[in-house]
Amino acid sequence: MDIALIVTIIIKIITLTFVVVLPLVPIAVYFERRFSAIIQDRVGPNRVGIPLTLFGFKKDWSFFGLIQPMADGVKLFLKEDFTPAHVRKAFYWMAPALTVAPALITLCVIPFGSDIKLPGMDPIRLVIADINVGPLFIFAIASLSVYGITLAGWSSNSKFPFIGGVRSTAQMISYEIALGLSIIPVLMYFGELNLTKIVQYQADHGWLLLPLWGHGEGALSLTSKLLFWIPAFISFVIFTISIFAETNRMPFDLPECETELVGGYHTEYSSMKFAMFFMGEYAAMVVGSALIITLFLGGWSAGFGLDAGIAKLSLGSFQIGGLIHLAIFLTKVIGFILFFILVRWTVPRFRYDQLMRLGWVIFFEAALINVFLAALVIASGSHKFTPAILSIGAVLLIVTTAAIVYVAKVSEPKTKVAGQ
Amino acid sequence: MAIIKLSRPKLTVGEKIYFGALIKGFFLTMKHAVASLRNKSRGAKDLASSGLGITMQYPEQRWDDHMPDYYRGAPTLVTDEQGRERCVSCQLCEFICPPKAIKIIPGEIPSDDPWAKVEKRPKEFEIDMIRCIYCGMCEEVCPEQAIYLRKDYLISGLNRAEMVHDKKKLYEIGGVRVGLVNKWNEIK
Repeated sequence: MDIALIVTIIIKIITLTFVVVLPLVPIAVYFERRFSAIIQDRVGPNRVGIPLTLFGFKKDWSFFGLIQPMADGVKLFLKEDFTPAHVRKAFYWMAPALTVAPALITLCVIPFGSDIKLPGMDPIRLVIADINVGPLFIFAIASLSVYGITLAGWSSNSKFPFIGGVRSTAQMISYEIALGLSIIPVLMYFGELNLTKIVQYQADHGWLLLPLWGHGEGALSLTSKLLFWIPAFISFVIFTISIFAETNRMPFDLPECETELVGGYHTEYSSMKFAMFFMGEYAAMVVGSALIITLFLGGWSAGFGLDAGIAKLSLGSFQIGGLIHLAIFLTKVIGFILFFILVRWTVPRFRYDQLMRLGWVIFFEAALINVFLAALVIASGSHKFTPAILSIGAVLLIVTTAAIVYVAKVSEPKTKVAGQ
Repeated sequence: MAIIKLSRPKLTVGEKIYFGALIKGFFLTMKHAVASLRNKSRGAKDLASSGLGITMQYPEQRWDDHMPDYYRGAPTLVTDEQGRERCVSCQLCEFICPPKAIKIIPGEIPSDDPWAKVEKRPKEFEIDMIRCIYCGMCEEVCPEQAIYLRKDYLISGLNRAEMVHDKKKLYEIGGVRVGLVNKWNEIK
């Protein structure tokens, strides 16, 4: 490894993590507050800005209150960092860091854009670690963040945080299964675990959920792509909902539901430690939406076959296509974050047994069936299999599905009718 | 009382799948979002909204014109049309005041005063606006109709001393109130 490579990697880490993604966290908080307000017929924070009247100008400059997250940050820094006497100190101090770090580590495999080319240098990929096990790496690291929450709940040495921690452990472990199973069809479709190549494939041959361009030439035909849309959409739904559960967002925010558990696992935390939990949650949200976009919605690609043109754009000898792709990617991420917020104010919180049932009985089975459905669709697209084999497969799939649905229905607890 | 037995409603398959309700919910929330961006939220006009949702944005827009008649603001002392203090310092308001916000030191009216008949007026009259709960009991109890709750709500100060309204301040806010008051009647 030569020095230049190491320097590039360090620059990539610093820019992509601290310049591109970390600012997304306060922006997500700002959007959360403003968009929630708009949904609820309110105004939201629109005042904090630069107090130009102090310097003798006529009007204050408050750009829709965009400085609000900064003020929030300063407030959290200046608050008293209180450690209650009854906590287990080492774990209590470790837990917030354990929540933030995994969320930020997972960023390193997400492709932010196509290549940038500086004069006299090799093209720079806008991804920190271009490894061949992208999604697996993300799952491996993201599941570590459950330790932060569990340790926070346990080390707080108090009832409600403890219940919150236990709930989040059970919830995250259950949904990890649905999460992992639901993307198997996607990986089968791409035949690839490298996220950069997955996005490149989508840029060339159509996004997974919008496969409308780039047919033929080694790719699948339009019909089989459109046919694959069905299992892809099922995976998309299961994956998105599981990501909601993994990030402890609203319909599944049982680890911290205020009505039952005060603040959940972060009840005993204050000041910057609390802010780290907050940051970890929003960073997980950003990473989650980035992953959904990368796998299902074309990552950084603009779509409709425009990407090859965009990638070639250059300012003199400086190829800026990558930066445009970065902007497209961030726009998509922000759009998805807005969707997260919309869901928060639309869907009421699940009861805990409903949550577990949804994870284990519905999503697990649906994802499993979906894997075979996707396999059947892919097999029907290639010419290796005769129609007879395919129809046998289809019949088997239908029989299995019916059996699973029947078992799920029978195992359902009978609702007691009053008066019997 | 009759016992009414309730059972859970039977859900159809569509309701069990839950997605229909979700999509309906999305439309509902988005309807609210779009309406509040277009200043078409329900009640935006009645509540004099600022153009986003139904909220009135305070320092620029004020509730003053929309204040109802029964609004209870700062308690004040009033003089009548001839500039006389109505208060006779009977101290009923001081006794009724639930948070004990009122402090009165009664004083005598000298006998050479044209209004000597009244005999007493407050030497000092203080209302601690930090303690005041705007209940309006002082207004209700006052036999001389001397204390009124006005519509002033912008009571602010930088320290506790500033928040205590003395007699001068109370008359300044209260102003003149025209109307029949019995105590000036010579025959009575």
